[in-house]
Amino acid sequence: MTESANQPGPEQATRLSGAQLLIRLLERQGVTRIAGMPGGANLPMYDALVNSPIQHVLVRHEQGGGFIAQGMARANGQAQVCFASSGPGATNLITAVADAQMDSIPLVAITGQVPQQMIGTDAFQETDTFGLMLPITKHNWLVRSPQELLSVIPEAFRIALSGRPGPVSIDIPKDVQSAFLEFEAWPEPGIADPAPRVSLDDVQAMMDRIRQAHKPVLMVGGGVAQANAADALRTFAEQHDLPAVQTFMGLGVIPSDHPLSLGMLGMHGARYTNMVLEECDLLVGLGVRFDDRATGKVSAFCPQADIIHVDIDRSEIGKIKSPVLAIQANVGDVLDAINAQQERTTRPLWRQRVEQLKHAHPLVLEGEDDLFRPYGAIRAVAALVDDSVNVTTDVGQHQMWVAQAYPFRRTRQWVSSGGLGTMGFGVPAAIGMALAQPERKTLCFTGDGSVMMNIQELPTLAEANLDVKIIVLNNGHLGLVRQQQSLFYSENYNAVQFEQTVNFAQAAEAMGVRGVDLARAGNPHEALREALQETGPCVINLPVLETEMVFPMVPPGGANSDMIGG
Amino acid sequence: MTEQGRSVLKLTVNNHPGVMSHVCGLFSRRAYNLEGIMVMPIEGQAGNLSRMWLLLKDEERLDQIVRQTEKLIDVLVVERHTVNDSVFARAETFFAA
Repeated sequence: MTESANQPGPEQATRLSGAQLLIRLLERQGVTRIAGMPGGANLPMYDALVNSPIQHVLVRHEQGGGFIAQGMARANGQAQVCFASSGPGATNLITAVADAQMDSIPLVAITGQVPQQMIGTDAFQETDTFGLMLPITKHNWLVRSPQELLSVIPEAFRIALSGRPGPVSIDIPKDVQSAFLEFEAWPEPGIADPAPRVSLDDVQAMMDRIRQAHKPVLMVGGGVAQANAADALRTFAEQHDLPAVQTFMGLGVIPSDHPLSLGMLGMHGARYTNMVLEECDLLVGLGVRFDDRATGKVSAFCPQADIIHVDIDRSEIGKIKSPVLAIQANVGDVLDAINAQQERTTRPLWRQRVEQLKHAHPLVLEGEDDLFRPYGAIRAVAALVDDSVNVTTDVGQHQMWVAQAYPFRRTRQWVSSGGLGTMGFGVPAAIGMALAQPERKTLCFTGDGSVMMNIQELPTLAEANLDVKIIVLNNGHLGLVRQQQSLFYSENYNAVQFEQTVNFAQAAEAMGVRGVDLARAGNPHEALREALQETGPCVINLPVLETEMVFPMVPPGGANSDMIGG
Repeated sequence: MTEQGRSVLKLTVNNHPGVMSHVCGLFSRRAYNLEGIMVMPIEGQAGNLSRMWLLLKDEERLDQIVRQTEKLIDVLVVERHTVNDSVFARAETFFAA
């Protein structure tokens, strides 16, 4: 749509319904695709969407719509929109919004609400969406007039994208959607606020600390990915010879095979990774929030180290660990300021010690040559594709195995539900990633537990005919729960085995997606190769044993030095 | 009212529906110890702004609380006060047993 069509001269007033206004404001924000589901209370929005260039992705469950929008946002960093109706439509979105809040994803959730005169009367499909969304968003609104949309929509995008990104929710009563408004001028689209200015004094202080340190380590998190600062990070690490551990959200920011990469830290980190942190004397946290799965028991985390913390969110500083130096800034800006100084340092002794630990206590990927063992399956899949693929997962053992073993080499190549740990994330997130970047193949590793939680989106995938490969590591169990019952509850297994197993290849076929069962393939390697290399959606069933474990493992609440296995 | 273990925050907030929920929601979900609240529109601001006084008890995480509160979109200013220098000292008689 041309700007002139959108922007009539000041003399002519524009007359639009609230719903038409909403759609036009979303177009002006650059929105090209919305995932959602219509219902009674958002019918006017869908009516207005008919003549819009915005493409609508009709989902089978609103949670799927929320995660498709998240998948798009995580792939390209832009704010993405999902639609749902009131009541159950809105409550079905909740999980995807809470997930976006935990992982700092810019999501704009727009829900219909019963007409204002019916609010508070327990009307059909009425629920307090404002109240429900409040604790799981950066900010949220109940819009009371079409006029308010002129400020709320740009403000919603501004807030979702500014500083530390996150979800916002806008609840719009049906009468506001239907009411007409005459107005003179369009508001400017909402964009991210500029990041706070980096103080060069802070940067100098940080570099002084790093120069003085004998055993410094970088802790790299999702904030580096959000800042698109992977190249700057790599330059920084290389110029100052700084080994880097990655949080779950930071995987891929530094290539997994880079000599300075120490892999993922924490609960399922390699032994050497956590051991290096035991010894380090300075930990530089870059875009991290010291999540409990990363730190283990906080009082025992990096016991020898001073901490420097760089984060855009001031409330993260000092929340868990008290730093000796904190910089509230966009981590990319800080790294650029450091790199501009072109200083070089080498630390042969520390690097030698790190290498020693790495060789003595490496990440053990048991069964990595066997297709029907977890690490072997992940390695086999990775060997059949190149670095251009995007990878997502569901939540459970398969997720941790992928986090440990997949050779990530790009920022935003890796997308997974980190903070909330939402089973059901994978399939719709994969659809969203493939919609945002259709030129890339998208892999979704999942389990037989997780995949059932949003398997209804397979027909959505079939309709869009995207190049998404869903690999089900199928052990007939809730594997990570079983693992915990095995290790910490005396093998007192309860409610972890599915007595009725699902034939996922057939289930996929029934929903319009190709299904391949490697258990029944004459040549499973060849079947896997063929399934991965052709273009288009496919579900690949890959049986593994329920006795497989994710090792090493730090017991929940334990110190990272108390690893089990591996 | 004794100062013992008590601190007070004075907030300037936008006066529209939902602001109270945003502030109270933050304190309950982060398990901050909120003991008292007083809210009124600020005079002479055409009803656009409200003043919100918060009484906190046994809170060692005051810096963290202030930072989280400042992040709320409708909270414009957060100031720290002592109990004696607050609305709560003067309101004490209304809360006698």
